Amino acid sequence: MSEVELAPGAAKTVPGVSTSRSMPDPRAWRPPSYWPFIAPAMIVVLAVIIFPWAYTVWMSLHEWKVGAPPTFVGLANYIRLPSDARFVESIGHTLVYTALSVALPLLLGTLAAVLFHAKFPMRGFLRGLFILPMMATPVAIALVWTMMFHPQLGILNYLLSLIGLPAQLWVFHPATVIPSLVLVETWQWTPLVMLIVLGGLAAIPAEPYESALIDGGTPWQIFRYISLPLIMPFLFIAAMIRMIDAVKSFDIIFAITQGGPGSASETINLYLYSVAFVYYDVGYGSAIVIIFFALIVALAAALLHLRQGSHWNETGGEA
Amino acid sequence: MNNILISRRTVLAGSAAAGALGLTGLPAYADVNWTKYAGTTLEANLIKGPRGELLQKYASEFTDLTGIKVESEVIPEQQQRQKAVIELTSGKPSFDVIHLSYHVQKRQFEKAGWLADLTGFMKDPNLTAPDLRVDDFSAGGLQFAKNDNGEMHSLPWSVDYFILYWNKELFAKKGVSLPKTFDEMAIAAEKLNDPANGIYGFTGRGLRNANMTLWTNFFLNYGGEFLDAKGNILTDGPEAIEATKMYDRLLIKTGPPGVAGFNWMESMASLTQGRAAMWIDGVGWAPPIEDPKASRVVGKIGYALVPAGPKGQYSAAYGDGIGIPQASTKKEAAYLYCQWAVSKTMGARLLQSGGGVPFRNSILDDQTVRAGVKMPPEWLDSVIGSAKISKLGLPVIVPVAEFRDIIGAAVTTTLSGADPATELKKAHQLFRPILERSEKS
Repeated sequence: MSEVELAPGAAKTVPGVSTSRSMPDPRAWRPPSYWPFIAPAMIVVLAVIIFPWAYTVWMSLHEWKVGAPPTFVGLANYIRLPSDARFVESIGHTLVYTALSVALPLLLGTLAAVLFHAKFPMRGFLRGLFILPMMATPVAIALVWTMMFHPQLGILNYLLSLIGLPAQLWVFHPATVIPSLVLVETWQWTPLVMLIVLGGLAAIPAEPYESALIDGGTPWQIFRYISLPLIMPFLFIAAMIRMIDAVKSFDIIFAITQGGPGSASETINLYLYSVAFVYYDVGYGSAIVIIFFALIVALAAALLHLRQGSHWNETGGEA
Repeated sequence: MNNILISRRTVLAGSAAAGALGLTGLPAYADVNWTKYAGTTLEANLIKGPRGELLQKYASEFTDLTGIKVESEVIPEQQQRQKAVIELTSGKPSFDVIHLSYHVQKRQFEKAGWLADLTGFMKDPNLTAPDLRVDDFSAGGLQFAKNDNGEMHSLPWSVDYFILYWNKELFAKKGVSLPKTFDEMAIAAEKLNDPANGIYGFTGRGLRNANMTLWTNFFLNYGGEFLDAKGNILTDGPEAIEATKMYDRLLIKTGPPGVAGFNWMESMASLTQGRAAMWIDGVGWAPPIEDPKASRVVGKIGYALVPAGPKGQYSAAYGDGIGIPQASTKKEAAYLYCQWAVSKTMGARLLQSGGGVPFRNSILDDQTVRAGVKMPPEWLDSVIGSAKISKLGLPVIVPVAEFRDIIGAAVTTTLSGADPATELKKAHQLFRPILERSEKS
């Protein structure tokens, strides 16, 4: 990889890659006329991001039931968390739900993208059909799926019976509830991954494929050694979007199971909702929010770390 | 149903607080100055469902009667409760009338002092029609509406009793008769249970939280009391354990697969599709069961009292009321609305549509009103019978939601085979400090 020769002191840039090296130095001197221009943006950020966040931290240090005055309790709400069985369980549920809700749409979305990247009759129409689930309202979807999952009357068990498989309990049993919910999530969001990956496939130049064909590469080898590395940055973007979406998923779970049976599908988000808006314990709820926020940041950081090794260099290949 | 309903002329002539002129031919509102607050606009915060929607639907009649304009906001139950609490906590609620769920909010509202005292209004002949008397409300309604000092802080609007729905056709096929006790019910359910043909003896709520409204029917009939004299919770005692064993026996042995995740919707689907022989739930589900577009069992369902347990026969009751925030500046106008909402006309409409049961005895006792009921006569009999044996279905405490979640989760766990005594004890230990904290705060 060759880099463009630059004047001393100038920021280095690499074509095709956006890096922090092109960012302006935040400590550099600014003329006084600079500040009024950024003030509106700073006020908005302070009002809608910094203040709510700081206020949540403040609330988390208080025992505060809606209707009663807050009492400062220091870190008591945080200390209570590890011994709260529902909270601990909800972390496990969240991680399993998120992992499956990222992995399955990623796998199926990539397959669908490869399929829809090929040319065949009615491709445009079928692509349009494929992305329809993404446009539907989650709560409406949830209500339809609830009846589809019904062990006695649902169509899913009827379909299983047609192929000789035994009826399942789907969302009505603790052991199968999370995989069943992931099924809904996958059905709805696989098209999004497909669209992102399709964009990536469309951006790959034809030359590597031509070379591979000349060298006698099989379709699998071409996918494994050309397509997959080149779409990897897109897969990371898709994984990041899916991860953030899945970890904070609420509507589908709430509408289908409300966290049940028992608390088998209660994720952090659902538990948090109950604590803050059903039990009105906003102090403890705020402590859960802060931990939840830390978890999301940690997951996002882990993905970003993995992402570092897969961005494109100026030749379009994996660095 | 011919002469109770419901021309606008009739309603206006006799109208709101009782609508009694149209019902009984007696003048009812001689002294009430209904138009005193004409030109006022009221904001009403209502719960989505048959009750709230009925009030919204006929609000224009109230406006015609009083000249008071009503802006009704009808919100799904859970969200309405959240909105109400948040706004009432702020001290400046946006509404002048609030529709509340007694079984969840009574203690919370009382403790916070959010509702205005209506006792004085009820004694004022300029504000209250003669037929609206405190003693016309059922005992359960007054238990809900009055505080410890006997003050009325709301008007009881509608009660929801739990009853037994049973499929007469399935019973006849197996030669089983209607059970009168839980033991008989369990035996009947076992006889009716036919999984090979997709038919189950009993269905009901198994889902955490939702299951509490069913479970308490067992708990009460096994002699359970929610609280002792000192306010301690009593849901881990022998009554609770025995009640849970019977609940489990019915749902595990004869319930549909996956019943641990069933709410009312899934249970009702089993019944209306002819796949369940019995169901215990609120009286308000008769309209969809008798609707040919939604049900395959129209005309085949019988309605009966919840069977007796070893310690008595009770129907768990849950209720709605209508009140006025203490912070409202339009209390008297809002009181006229509340009075209209619980009037005989509106109560008759509620009962006749099958959407609920008014708390006022004079409505239930009125033969003309009864004649207009669109549901089968057995349904009405079960309603009237349940009124006589009703008990509050949930403890009157602030953390009702936590109670339903924690004890409900334990009961759901027992459906997977866990020991009721152990699970209830664990749940009790989890819930007791929550209740203690709540009472101290």
